[in-house]
Amino acid sequence: MLLKKLTEAMGPSGYENEIRNVIRSEVTLSHNHIFTDVLGNLFVQQNQDTQGPHIMIDAHMDEIGLMIVHVEENGLLRFRPIGGIDPRVLVSKPVVIGDSKHFGVIGSKPIHLQKPEERRQPLGWDQLYIDIGASSKEDALSVVQPGDVAVFATTYGEMGERAAKAKSFDDRVGCALLVETMQKEWQLRLSGVFAVQEEVGLRGATAAAYRLKPDIAIALEGTVCFDVVDAPAHNQATQLGKGPALTLQDGLTLPDRRFTEFMIATAEKYNIPWQYRRVKGGSNDYGAIQKAREGVIGGAISVPVRYIHAPAQIISLEDYQAALQLLTAILTEIQEGRWHS
Amino acid sequence: MKHVDTLIRLLEEHGGPGFEEEVAKIVESAMRTYTSKIERDTLGNLIATVEGQSSGRRPRVLLSAHMDEIALMVSLIDKGGFLRVAQTGGFDPRTLVGQEVVVHGKNKRWHGIIGSKPPHLQAPDEQKKAAPLEDLFIDLAMPEERVRSEIRVGDRVTLHRSVMPLLHHHYSGKSLDNRTSVAVILECLEALKKYHHQADVIAVASVQEEVGVRGATTVGYGQAPDVAIAIDVTFADMPGQASDFSYKIGKGPAIAKGPNIHPKVFQDLSEAAKANNIDYQLELSQGPTGTDGRAFQITREGIATGLVGIAIRYMHTSVETGSYQDIVDCGKVLAEYIAQLTWERVEDYSCY
Repeated sequence: MLLKKLTEAMGPSGYENEIRNVIRSEVTLSHNHIFTDVLGNLFVQQNQDTQGPHIMIDAHMDEIGLMIVHVEENGLLRFRPIGGIDPRVLVSKPVVIGDSKHFGVIGSKPIHLQKPEERRQPLGWDQLYIDIGASSKEDALSVVQPGDVAVFATTYGEMGERAAKAKSFDDRVGCALLVETMQKEWQLRLSGVFAVQEEVGLRGATAAAYRLKPDIAIALEGTVCFDVVDAPAHNQATQLGKGPALTLQDGLTLPDRRFTEFMIATAEKYNIPWQYRRVKGGSNDYGAIQKAREGVIGGAISVPVRYIHAPAQIISLEDYQAALQLLTAILTEIQEGRWHS
Repeated sequence: MKHVDTLIRLLEEHGGPGFEEEVAKIVESAMRTYTSKIERDTLGNLIATVEGQSSGRRPRVLLSAHMDEIALMVSLIDKGGFLRVAQTGGFDPRTLVGQEVVVHGKNKRWHGIIGSKPPHLQAPDEQKKAAPLEDLFIDLAMPEERVRSEIRVGDRVTLHRSVMPLLHHHYSGKSLDNRTSVAVILECLEALKKYHHQADVIAVASVQEEVGVRGATTVGYGQAPDVAIAIDVTFADMPGQASDFSYKIGKGPAIAKGPNIHPKVFQDLSEAAKANNIDYQLELSQGPTGTDGRAFQITREGIATGLVGIAIRYMHTSVETGSYQDIVDCGKVLAEYIAQLTWERVEDYSCY
């Protein structure tokens, strides 16, 4: 199960070894040319000698995570976030640490010993720590070192009606779409990029786009979805189950309107549900790619993710399938020469 | 460490106050190793009796570990099919944000997630506020009509958490409060096989402790033992906690002392630990404890009450953490205590 494999693999920004290896094993096929660059981006290419537009499809493989920064005398581990994490979602959650995958838990004071006003005060970074069961600093250091990284221990599972939960749908859902795309053989000059370090500033995609000089770029992203009870309309960026989201404007991009219209027309032609991403904040790797060298036309296809950046995130499997259909349709249209800038 | 697997099954099973049935099944099958005399009372307490051997009158000692865990109850199916909940047992709402839960619906269990607002949409000062329980909601990832057909107000909700082994036989998960104490009873019965004991042992997995020691109230009355020992977890040390609520994990069971505890039961339990060279920790309480012992002491004409248990961290969260070695040691202390108990000693408990 591809989504399970990808979401359960570890890979905070700058520490993408495990997820990169998982992805590489999925796309190592005779029709793909595979290499990595100095940042750790994984490139998967087809038909580089073919005429026609060079298409770059990007999905970032890094996820938000935690870095162990200090071990206390009592054996408890202090940590800081890698990427944007609300510390309020960490309390009472398990993590797995480092290559050895030791379990750790982020505990909090028992409710019995709290004053009522304490319950209204969120716990900040300075009050949180990871407990691995170590009895002392020395004991802890025998299995964990400062600089080791940790990710949520959440497992993948299907739930509700055609939905699934896991950690890191942002952006393993994009990685899964790109893996499935690159497993097919296209008659296009196609470069798939599994990028590093999106969560700390779109850094992998910046170097990758410079290297590739693509004519068209599409970022595949897991995006904000907050269509829940009491959420104000202006927070309802996307709606679960309403199809992949396309961007008119976000924090970093005003994608070329012609390409956006082309993606919409393709969705309509193939009867694929789609929606607009209706918040201006946030962005994705296309924000970096569009500014590479002289500039790159393109956009993003985003799968709505509820509780993005939290330990347990939700996607609709229908949205995933629709996103895959849309990407396939767009590539087919380009392959058949129906994209003209 | 005979019952590690049973403990893990118990921790991963679900059963809050008033719906302990599935947990009781696991306890019952584990108890069958030691006795066939197993019964349930009206409230649902599971009562297993292991008889002692004596030509004279046999003392009756009741061991009680509550098997219920803190839970939530569906109070409203809100717009969009999101569930609102009320407490049945004390949660810190801060620990529930982003938590995976199990909703016990009409026909089956459903996986749910307690929602959180993504940082991308938060105003700068939002992280300074913690949401109260009323503001939290459970997401079942189903359309509203489907939720309404599957879930009823009053359905129960428990935490989802797989057990995680940590270093040194430490385990972390949900409901270590108080299923580690059920494991203590099982380890006690295992250790007791080596002894000749006069006392009848009434091993109880009690219900509804988390909402006010209700199971203990009826099982104490129903069994009317000579001695009742509650087994319940206590607080392990963590930064920022008072020193007398900071017991050490891995340093042996806590034996309680204070007005709720019969002084001679305390004395006998301490001596049982010493006789087996088991380290123990002194747990001091200043009034009725928050355990089954609270009810036992004033049941019928009064019952000589003791309290032991292991120390766990992060009580009432989904990452409660404790040591299996402490469970084994606590079981051994109880076995030694039971083996030494005579009718004469029980009579002495009323002589001041």
